Amino acid sequence: MSKISLARTAGQMGVFVAFFALWELAVDVLHVKAVILPPPSLIFQSMLKHWLYLLQNSWPTLIAVAGGFAIAAALGFTIAVGIAYSRWVSELTYPFLIAAQVIPKVALAPLFIIWFGFGLAPKVVIAALIAFFPIVINTARGLISVEPELIQYMKSLGASWSEIFFKISLPWALPYIFASFRISITLAVVGAVVGEFVASDSGLGYVISYANVSLDTDVMFAGIFVLSLLGMLLFLAVVLLERIFISWQTAAEAPPETM
Amino acid sequence: MALVPHIRIEDLSLQYRTKGGSVSALDTVSADIPPRSFVSVVGPSGCGKTTLLKVLSGVLKATSGRVLLDDKPIEQANLSGQVGYVFQRPLLLPWRSALQNVLLTGEVARKHIRPPIREAEARQWLALTGLSGFEDRLPHELSGGMQQRVSLCRALAFRPAILLMDEPFAALDEITREVMQEELLRLWSVTDSTVIFITHSISEAVLLSERVIVMTARPGRVDEIIDIPFGRPRDEQLRGQAEFSGLVQHIRGKLHRPKVAAGAAP
Repeated sequence: MSKISLARTAGQMGVFVAFFALWELAVDVLHVKAVILPPPSLIFQSMLKHWLYLLQNSWPTLIAVAGGFAIAAALGFTIAVGIAYSRWVSELTYPFLIAAQVIPKVALAPLFIIWFGFGLAPKVVIAALIAFFPIVINTARGLISVEPELIQYMKSLGASWSEIFFKISLPWALPYIFASFRISITLAVVGAVVGEFVASDSGLGYVISYANVSLDTDVMFAGIFVLSLLGMLLFLAVVLLERIFISWQTAAEAPPETM
Repeated sequence: MALVPHIRIEDLSLQYRTKGGSVSALDTVSADIPPRSFVSVVGPSGCGKTTLLKVLSGVLKATSGRVLLDDKPIEQANLSGQVGYVFQRPLLLPWRSALQNVLLTGEVARKHIRPPIREAEARQWLALTGLSGFEDRLPHELSGGMQQRVSLCRALAFRPAILLMDEPFAALDEITREVMQEELLRLWSVTDSTVIFITHSISEAVLLSERVIVMTARPGRVDEIIDIPFGRPRDEQLRGQAEFSGLVQHIRGKLHRPKVAAGAAP
């Protein structure tokens, strides 16, 4: 088992190495200018050279992503509970949620800058807004998908609402919730960076857009790489939490499909 | 343990409202279920067996007629924590071990009993069904028959007065099914519960029950109520007896009768 997973990890790393090697080679053979597409070696050098600058600017992005995600999770969960247990809430909010989802929230970024200023707030808001929808939909779906016979059984035993919720519905919905967390954490990264693109003086989005303006393509790529790394680490953190909270799921069945 | 009530079903009718009007699921069903008895309901699909079970568990309300528990209408009888269920599917909680699944009902219905005692009892139930050593397994690590055993233990663990079983063995293979039937009889013999058992299988009904309620479909009507004369304990040997086959044949004849004749029943 561990041998297989070790081989798999090695294989996955190999794909990355091969990708960068091919990139390096292509840039060299085709004489692509570093301004257009710097070779990975140059990008890694740039990452080393500017490590403090990149690290310092990772922090605000991380805060915006984590804050936005946390708000999306808390708000999304609450509304999902309302949708799952109250037809009234469900019927009132569903069309609005769909409408809100159809709006490209990236387009709202400049507006939020006007409303919330240049600091952290607008980035958190955009991140939260983008990350919110999958959490609501999946959580509600998970809560609704509980076997009605089980709920009836619990009621016949005299179980209170909170007993049914915490003993049955919530654990039942956890795989759905975590499936949405996986999606939403990456969406939150997008949201935060978009906010930083529009107006900011710090963060990885700012690093990328500033390097872009000054044609420091290698720094731009360094920023993108660090951003990818940040996104991957956050994604892994969610997967790790998932493993801890729903260890029973991994062997039992594949995670539920998500939107 | 809760007192096991005498259940009387009197002229029970139930109509479902549909777009086109109403569909009659149960039509003037009457039956008498003494305490501690094992009563089976057999009948074709759509004869209202599950509907009857839902009325008995208080989930559905009858359109007319009534159900009396010790002369008290079912609406007034406090059934909370008195009824155990076993469904066709085990419906276990996948995140709980076998033991924890059995404990679930007690956690809700027997809060007055100290947890260590409930756990000891749950272990006993599992041992009675041959699941010692499997207490910590998750449901997906158990076979279908084992899962259904856990489900049965879960239903019995809080000592319900009434145990409602809705085709509990229908999804099991023939061999597991026969083993489970004997096990059910063994478990039931150490409880005081009344069992109301729904099944498609005529021989299963005859083997297990004191009384078999034969129903006809659309609308669900009681065709005949047959008392099964065999003593207890019973086992598989019974299947070989002529009287057993005679009863099975008799019921089969009832169920296979053409619909026109069934319509003429009183």
